[in-house]
Amino acid sequence: MSFIAELQKILRQNIRDYGMFIALFVIMAIFTVTTKGLFISSRNISNLLNQTGYIAVLAVGMTLVIIIRHIDLSVGFLSGFLAAIATIAMVSWHWGVFAVIPLALALGVIAGLITAFLVAQLGIPAFVATLGGWLAYRGALLLALAGTGTIIIPDETFNAIGNGYIPDIFPPDTGPLPGVHKLTLFLGLVTIVLYIIGEINGRRQKQAYNFEVLTSNIFILQLVFVSALLAAITWVLAGYNGLSWTVVIVLVVVGVYHFITTQTVLGRHIYAMGGNPEAAQLSGVNVKRLTYIVFGSMGMLSALAGILFASRLRSATPTGGTLFELDAIAAAFIGGVSPAGGIGTVMGSLIGALVYMSLTSGMNLMGIDISLQYVVRGLVLAAAVIFDVTTRGRGK
Amino acid sequence: MSTPILEMKNITKEFPGVKALNNVSFRVAEGEIHCLVGENGAGKSTLMKVLSGVYPHGTYAGDIIFGGQVQKFTSIRDSEKAGIAIIYQELALVPQMMIYENIFLGNEIRKGLVVNWNETIKRATEALKKVRLDVNPAVKVKDLGVGKQQLVEIAKALSREVKLLILDEPTAALNEDDCDNLLELIRGLKEHGVTCILISHKLREVIKIADSVTVLRDGKTICTLDAHKGEVSENVLIKHMVGREIDNIYPPRQHKPSEEVVLEVKNWNAYDPTLGRAILTDVNFNVKKGEIVGFAGLMGSGRTELALSLFGNPKGYRIDGELLVKGNGLHFAHPHNAIEAGVAYATEDRKAAGLILIQDVKQNITLANLQEIAERGVVNNNAEVKVANEYKTSLNIKTPSVEQKVSNLSGGNQQKVSVAKWLFVKPDVLILDEPTRGIDVGAKFEIYTIMTRLVQQGMSIIMISSELPEVLGMSDRVYIVSSGKIAGELPIEEATQEKIMQLATNY
Repeated sequence: MSFIAELQKILRQNIRDYGMFIALFVIMAIFTVTTKGLFISSRNISNLLNQTGYIAVLAVGMTLVIIIRHIDLSVGFLSGFLAAIATIAMVSWHWGVFAVIPLALALGVIAGLITAFLVAQLGIPAFVATLGGWLAYRGALLLALAGTGTIIIPDETFNAIGNGYIPDIFPPDTGPLPGVHKLTLFLGLVTIVLYIIGEINGRRQKQAYNFEVLTSNIFILQLVFVSALLAAITWVLAGYNGLSWTVVIVLVVVGVYHFITTQTVLGRHIYAMGGNPEAAQLSGVNVKRLTYIVFGSMGMLSALAGILFASRLRSATPTGGTLFELDAIAAAFIGGVSPAGGIGTVMGSLIGALVYMSLTSGMNLMGIDISLQYVVRGLVLAAAVIFDVTTRGRGK
Repeated sequence: MSTPILEMKNITKEFPGVKALNNVSFRVAEGEIHCLVGENGAGKSTLMKVLSGVYPHGTYAGDIIFGGQVQKFTSIRDSEKAGIAIIYQELALVPQMMIYENIFLGNEIRKGLVVNWNETIKRATEALKKVRLDVNPAVKVKDLGVGKQQLVEIAKALSREVKLLILDEPTAALNEDDCDNLLELIRGLKEHGVTCILISHKLREVIKIADSVTVLRDGKTICTLDAHKGEVSENVLIKHMVGREIDNIYPPRQHKPSEEVVLEVKNWNAYDPTLGRAILTDVNFNVKKGEIVGFAGLMGSGRTELALSLFGNPKGYRIDGELLVKGNGLHFAHPHNAIEAGVAYATEDRKAAGLILIQDVKQNITLANLQEIAERGVVNNNAEVKVANEYKTSLNIKTPSVEQKVSNLSGGNQQKVSVAKWLFVKPDVLILDEPTRGIDVGAKFEIYTIMTRLVQQGMSIIMISSELPEVLGMSDRVYIVSSGKIAGELPIEEATQEKIMQLATNY
C-alpha cells in the first residue's frame, strides 16, 4: 500500500477519534482569522485555559457518570457550596490552605457517596436524586453565606491556584530567550521526549507479540505531527507567564483519569457496566461498588472545581456554581460521550470543554452579543451530537 | 409453480468488508408456505431486511418484484403499505399496553383526531379470533405467555391486511404445545389468502409445514426444493445448509465422568421478593467431575432461577440451603464470588444479559477475568489481543478480527464469544443456559464439540435446555425440573423424551 493510501485509510477509520480535534482546530482557526490573530495570542490562550479549568474538571467526572448511564445535576451548586465552606474555613476558622483543600475534597467525596447511596442502594433514578441535590446544595450555599454575602479570600496561596503560574528557573527576562518562560519550555520538551519514548516502546511491545503495527513512515509522521503540536502549545504558553497552576491541575486530573479509564481493570469495568449493566454484573463486575466510586469521584472533582473557581474569583459568592452542571454535561456531549452510556473518553470531554470555552472566548473577543453566543453554543452542541450519531457504526 | 407473489432477482448487498448477499434470487409462489433455511450468517435476515425496506432501495443491487410490480421500498412503512409484514424473533410489542392497543399501534382507527376505541376493540376481537386466541383484548401484553404474545403479533399483522407474512424464528422461544399451535395457525392463514415466509432453524418443523424450501449458504442461494415432490428431508437440508454431510448431530460420547462430586446442592429454597412467592422448593442435586448434567423442563419451570440463585444471586432472592463446591460449604454474595470459586454461568439471553454488544470481541472475552491479563490493576492490552485470538482460533469464532464489535457477529458466533468468556475464567463448573438457542446446525455441532472437549479435560457442565433431543444427545445424567422442584433424575440410559415430558408436566 502506498504511503498516501495508508494515511487515507487510517484517517478514515479513525475519523470519530479525530473529529473533535479537527473541530477544535477549525474553531480556533476561524477565531484567529476573525480576531486578526488576537485569539491565538499567548495571553488569550493562557486565559482561555484558566477559564476552562473548572469545566474541564467537572466534564471529566461527568464523563464517567454518563458512561455508567447516570447523570449528576447537583455538581454545580455542590461546588459552589464547598467553595463557600472552604472560604469560611480559611477566613472565619483560620485554617491553612493545605488543610482547607483536603477538607473540601473529602466533603465532596462524602456528598458523592450520598448520591451513590440513593442511586445504587435505594434505586432512585440519578436524575431525580441529583435534582434533589441541586436544590439542597443551592439552599445550603445560600445558608452558608447568609450572614456575610460574598466573602473575599485574602489568602494569596489559595488565589494562586486560579490565577498564578509555576515559577521559572531563571528570573523573568533574564537568561536566554527573554520574555519566554524557560521552565515551561523545559517541561514541554520533557513531555515530547517521554511521548516519543512511550510510543516507541509501545510499538516494540506490539512487535514482540507479532501484531500488526503502523508502517514506519506513518509512525514517524505521527511522532513528528504530535511532537510539533505539543511544541506549538508549549511555545504559545511559554510566551505568557508559562504554565498556570490551573493548567497543571487539569493536566494531572485528565492524565490520571485517562489512565484509569483506558488502562485499568477499574476502567474496563466502568465501560462494561455502561455497555450492559446486567451482563457486567453477571460477569462478576460489582456494579454497586462502581456506582459509589464514580459518584464519589464526581463529588471530589466538584469540590476541586469549586476551589478552582473561587480561587479564580478570589471570593466565594452566593451564586457560585450556577449552571456549571449543564456546562459540564454539554462539554461531555460535545466531546463525544454517548447519552446512552458505555461510550466516551476523558480526552474527548477535555476537548469538548475546550471547544465550549473557545466559543465563549472567541465570540467575546469579536464583541458578539451574549444572546447570540448562547444560540451559537446550542448549535455547536447539536452539531456535535449529530456528527456523533451519523458517524456511529462506521469504521471499526 | 403457480404465479409468484414475490420475486427477488440477483440481490447483492455489501457491508464494509463483507458481501452479505451475493446475487441471491428468491421466488415465492402465491398462497404457499415458503421456508427459508440456512446457517447463521448465511444471509437470511439480511435478505428479509432488504425485502422489508430496512435496507432501503439503492443500498443493494438487484430487483424486488412484489405483486407484479417492481418495488423500491425506502422504509418499513413502504413495505407495510404494499402488504408485507415481518414478525421478528424479538417481539415488537409494548408490554405495558393492552392487546387491542398493541394490535392497532401505529395504525390507529381514528375518527377525526381521536382514536375510536370501540371500533378498535371490535376489530381487535376479530383479529384475535382469526389467530384463535381466546383472551380478553383488554389484557395487558405483559400478562400473556410468550406463545400468546406471538399470536398477538400475528393478529397485529393480519389487522393490516397483509399479503405476505414473514416470520423470523417464531418458535425459538416456544414450548412444544405452543409450537404446534402456531404451526397449525400458519397453515390456516393460507385460507385467508396470506402467503408466509418462515425462517427457522428447527428442521423438523420446516419439514412438517413447508410447501417449498429455499436454502441459503454464505450469502448465496443454494437451491429451492419442492416439498410436494418429496425433495425435502432433514439430511438433504443439512447437506445443503452446511455444504457437507453431518452424519451425527451430536459428537460421539468419549468421556467418562468420575465419581468425584464437584458441586452439590442440598435442601435449596429460594423466595423471590418481587414476585412475592417461592420459586425453588427443596432442590437437591449434584454434579460430578467431567460430567454433563442436563436440566430439562418446561419454560418457566425455574431452571434459570436455580442457576441464578447458585451464581451469586444477582436478583436478590431470599435463599436457604447448602451449596458445596468440592466439598466446601460456600456462600456467594455476588457473581464475583461464584466466579472465584470456579462456577461460571453463561446466560440464556445472550444479547440482553450475556454480552456487551457495543464492545468488541476481545473486551467481551476478557471481561470476567481481567485480573489474568492485568498487573496491579493495569490491563496489558497486547496480552488481551493474544488471549482473544487464541479463543478465536480454538472455538472457530468467525470474525474478521477480535476488534470487531460483537453486535456485528451472527448468533452462533456471539454464543461462542460468550462461551469463550467463561472458558477464560477456567471454571470447574460451567452452567450453560440454553446454549444453542437460535443458532444453526453447524454452530450447534461446534458448541457440542466444545462441550465434549471440556468435560474430557475434567470440567463439569450443567446444561439447561428446552430441546429434548439436545438433552438426550449430550447429557450423562438428566434432572427434570418442574414448578421449582426437582421432579426426577434419570441416568441417560433410562431417559426418553416421553419419560422426561411426563416428569416435567408432573406438578
